[in-house]
Amino acid sequence: MAIFLTEKSRVVIQGMTGSEGQKHTSRMLAAGTEVVGGVTPGKGGQSVDFAKRSIPVYGSCADAVNATGADVSVVFVPPRFTKGAVLEAVDAGIPLVVVITEGVPVHDTAAFFAAAEANGTRVIGPNCPGIISPGLANAGIIPADIAGPGRIGLVSKSGTLTYQMMYELRDFGFSSAIGIGGDPIIGTTHIDALQAFQDDPDTDAIVMIGEIGGDAEERAASFIKENVTKPVVGYVAGFTAPEGKTMGHAGAIVSGSSGTAAAKQEALEAAGVRVGKTPTETADLLRTVLTPTPSAPPTVASLP
Amino acid sequence: MDLMEYQAKELFARHGVPVTLGRVIDDSADAAAAAAELGGRVVVKAQVKTGGRGKAGGVKLAATPDEAVAKASEILGMDIKGHTVRRVLLAPAADIADEYYLSFLIDRANREYLCISSTEGGVEIEEVAHTNPDAIAKVPIDPVVGVDEAKAAEIVAAAGFPAEATSVVRRLWDVFIAEDASLVEVNPLVRLSDGSLEALDGKVTLDDNAAYRHPDHAGFTDHAAGDPLEAAAFEKGLNYVKLDGSVGIIGNGAGLVMSTLDVVAYAGSQYGVKPANFLDIGGGASAEVMANGLGIILSDPQVRSVFVNVFGGITACDAVSNGIVQALELLGSRADKPLVVRLDGNNVEEGRKILAQANHPLVTVVDTMDGAAALAAEKGL
Repeated sequence: MAIFLTEKSRVVIQGMTGSEGQKHTSRMLAAGTEVVGGVTPGKGGQSVDFAKRSIPVYGSCADAVNATGADVSVVFVPPRFTKGAVLEAVDAGIPLVVVITEGVPVHDTAAFFAAAEANGTRVIGPNCPGIISPGLANAGIIPADIAGPGRIGLVSKSGTLTYQMMYELRDFGFSSAIGIGGDPIIGTTHIDALQAFQDDPDTDAIVMIGEIGGDAEERAASFIKENVTKPVVGYVAGFTAPEGKTMGHAGAIVSGSSGTAAAKQEALEAAGVRVGKTPTETADLLRTVLTPTPSAPPTVASLP
Repeated sequence: MDLMEYQAKELFARHGVPVTLGRVIDDSADAAAAAAELGGRVVVKAQVKTGGRGKAGGVKLAATPDEAVAKASEILGMDIKGHTVRRVLLAPAADIADEYYLSFLIDRANREYLCISSTEGGVEIEEVAHTNPDAIAKVPIDPVVGVDEAKAAEIVAAAGFPAEATSVVRRLWDVFIAEDASLVEVNPLVRLSDGSLEALDGKVTLDDNAAYRHPDHAGFTDHAAGDPLEAAAFEKGLNYVKLDGSVGIIGNGAGLVMSTLDVVAYAGSQYGVKPANFLDIGGGASAEVMANGLGIILSDPQVRSVFVNVFGGITACDAVSNGIVQALELLGSRADKPLVVRLDGNNVEEGRKILAQANHPLVTVVDTMDGAAALAAEKGL
């Protein structure tokens, strides 16, 4: 088992014919993902050849869903087309839409999130690396060879910290690792992932990575206190960030006294979450609550 | 991008929000003529991108044009929370009956919009929230529906504003949506003694991600007010924030770079050593980007050491190492500070081998992030 993305997931790639879309589709296929089609308006009927398979391109999400029964879309289209692409996926009834695109205007995200919520569609992102359930499937750009399957669930606002933490804990492996993105509005929150990991019988412990900006970590802390019985360790980035400066991610900004890393750490610790000072220390904290599964050495997917 | 008050008011005026634009000057000698033109009695207001200007002495009333010159020269050059005042706005003194507060913002928690309003304007809203929370109304706004006539009426009623405020509310909403703002705040929104409403101040944050839809917004960028290194980095398309320490930082990915700053500050706390900057070179990390990044960091006179911290996810570490070697060649004698490099992830062995073979006298490779941070901090002393 895993959360949100399993070996049964049937994935379409919106923007598969673009260079990024093509490169990452190839990696997703190599990681065992059931990629069933691409969607590019005006290119319906074409196909794209990958190492072992030729993947058909559809002109719309609706066509792709009708033809393939796709239930996950990964969006690689440029920012100015992202809102339209997500709305199309939502209208086609795709239940999970993973938006990799960085630089989406926040009003566009607000609009497509509202539409997705009204339709019961889960959105992950935007501006995120996506989700991987190692050994099962990969929807996004997380390198599949960092760590294999295991019993840790990982949720992070940051892409590279997701990779770093997977690397630190590659001897344990992961049920799923999900990068939720650092934009002001994101489709799937820490809380959504925590709930799913709590409910997942194949997840034994959870690593939660946050960063400055907003109060998602504080809210996640309250949620953990009330609802999560599995061990959770945390890490928060941005203690040295100055007030009023955006630190890379559009949502990573300390405004006045709100959104600070210190406040987030304090809230998490008050909820019983042990918080590491560095990614390595955080991984070490996890080692104190879980022993590696001897049957699950990291399996390394071969990359093209 | 945060706008200054006079810029926010320009946007307000474009959408029919009642404002008085006044005159913006950067030389106090121009204050007399401007004040005379505005009727003599004016308010002189510091134009800086931070709150609390009034408390800091950056807003002063001048009864005559001569007094306007005196007040302007007091305020120009003043430092308000680290922001140097380079311009002042002169606006006619208003005859205020009531002061209100109104803002539209992104509600990150509920992933929709929020309107915050109060009849207790003119003071910091955080203060009102603390002393008299009942005086603040919060109305959620569905992003699909927006603020229509009914929603505007709901906001006005919840706030306790006079009914005629509905049109100002709708016009401010137009600013929020049409200009791709993530914040529109008016404090105070005033009712003048003649009963009319006016936005006496304005704070607007524009969404940088939407800049492509608003070529006209480029004119609001104030490069002179920013840090020269930040301006130079911006020119080169680098995501750089200047800090005040001595360890230059380069990394890939916003989260990892933030984490790198923290780990360096943590390791350096025993010597009082801090990070000098935030610099995210993103996924590509080509030699050119690396050279541009190193170039910016090495031109910061406070920098005494540099920490390059890369996790090869999509990017392979051998490409990053080649980037570092080529960047050092490109920089030549400009590269004169010790470089601590930590690489992990995709093709790490090959990457470390390239750096070992290059054997550059300034470069030390350390296997772990914490270990590399400790060495970079020590060299940053």
